[in-house]
Amino acid sequence: MSELARHDTSVGDSNPGGAAVERAPRAPVPSWLITVGTVLCAIGLWEIFGRDVNPVFGSYPSAIAVAGWEIALNGTLGSAMLESIQPFIVGYLISILVGVPLGLVLGRFRVMEAALGIFVTGGYAMPLVALVPLLVLWLGLGFWVKVAVIFLMCVFPIAINTWLGVKVVPKTLIEVGRAFVASDTVILRRIVLPATLPYIMAGLRLAVGRGVVAMVIAEFFTAISGLGGIIINAANNFDTARMFVPIVILMVLATLLNSLVGVIERKVAPWQVEIASRD
Amino acid sequence: MGNVSLVDVSKQFTLRIDAGVHTVQALRNVNFTIRDGEIAVLIGPSGCGKTTALRVAMGLETASYGQVRVDGKQVHGCGHDRGMVFQHAELLPWLSALQNVMFGLEMKGMRGSALRETAMRYLDLVGLKDSANRRPHQLSGGMKQRVGIARALAIDPAVLLMDEPFGALDAQTREALQAELLDIHTKTKKTIVFVTHDLDEAVLLADRVIVMRDGAVQEIIDVPLPRPRGDLGVIRGMTEFAETRYRIWQALHQGSGAAH
Repeated sequence: MSELARHDTSVGDSNPGGAAVERAPRAPVPSWLITVGTVLCAIGLWEIFGRDVNPVFGSYPSAIAVAGWEIALNGTLGSAMLESIQPFIVGYLISILVGVPLGLVLGRFRVMEAALGIFVTGGYAMPLVALVPLLVLWLGLGFWVKVAVIFLMCVFPIAINTWLGVKVVPKTLIEVGRAFVASDTVILRRIVLPATLPYIMAGLRLAVGRGVVAMVIAEFFTAISGLGGIIINAANNFDTARMFVPIVILMVLATLLNSLVGVIERKVAPWQVEIASRD
Repeated sequence: MGNVSLVDVSKQFTLRIDAGVHTVQALRNVNFTIRDGEIAVLIGPSGCGKTTALRVAMGLETASYGQVRVDGKQVHGCGHDRGMVFQHAELLPWLSALQNVMFGLEMKGMRGSALRETAMRYLDLVGLKDSANRRPHQLSGGMKQRVGIARALAIDPAVLLMDEPFGALDAQTREALQAELLDIHTKTKKTIVFVTHDLDEAVLLADRVIVMRDGAVQEIIDVPLPRPRGDLGVIRGMTEFAETRYRIWQALHQGSGAAH
């Protein structure tokens, strides 16, 4: 970034006629500031126009904040969040533990790809909502059915992304392994896996969003509980402001988790950020 | 020790172009022996099979017919007796220069303190001791290829195989690396097989130049220049340099129909 900025100024300086003196080098607006700006605008517009709507048909930020404050004070919100987060974490982690190795194997071995690839592509498009009642029959209404729904929703994007990532690992990098007589497992672990990391991380990000959706679906269809439970109960009472509280919280949560994955990505695959350029 | 031979090697590729299946004869009955300690250069126009011949020697491609022998023994697949320097270095981007050199050594089974020390010694040999902790994207093209050479040399192979390693570099870096390679050759006495399409490079480096055309060896030309070659500027001015260069040029253009 700073190098780009310096490059800009030097171009300005070489401009004959002294025009460069007038143009002070302008620091670019930081990305986070732009994001904060658009979010504030959206909230502001929603606040202004949302007030004119019948409170059954819609709501607006300050009303949602008040409703949120109420259920936070009486403890409903905290316990609901705890109830929702636990199956989410377990389901998400299992889908990583299954999805990444599955994707690696699919991308690396032709026979496995031919044998199992179709289930993964099919599974990704599976209308999970329709299957939830069946899962309830199998697993009951408790914790594990939620984990299963979240797992089924997260595992496919992770596996597919990993799979695609393996397919685009440059052949020459694999040949480096072969030339130094690395075994198949060493090539998979020390060349294919690190080369695929950016794709895996992208899969993990996609899975965060899908996992949050899965969590709410599970809470709608199984024991009405957690954040999804609050949504259902509030909707049934036409308490639209309260209904929006978990929705907003879930969106914020998913965004935070997404950036957390981004931070982890820069930790485990820093070369990728450094190599990639954006103009 | 370190000689490598291709014995009657042929290689076919099958290409699927649209609906049709085409067979391409990449190598036809190729025979040559690279002697212990010599630098042999494979030269020819693109598509002549020089890179395929090198890859067959390395074991990255299997010959459809014929044998590869290292020190008289037939080999199958890749081995630590051959070290490969790739066209674009092909360093692993998530490893530092030092770790890239260590990777080859680890694959050979080296562990412990010897690992780092050996890798460091070879980085020093190519003049990159101070850049050991840089990752590939923090290295220039020439430096990357130096790491590639160090990685291949570190496993102490009998033969060093180099696939147009300087082809993507600018002229000055290229000349510096040519001089350095000759220097390394003097120090290590490695047998080197070097693929290039650059006439000057071939004459400057080689003891013998193997001219290839249409997948076959067309001619093997001795280079009557002294070793060590020393100042390459002086070498370029020698009449033997010009004469050999001209002979190879003629060989390359013989039977090509149209001399470009």
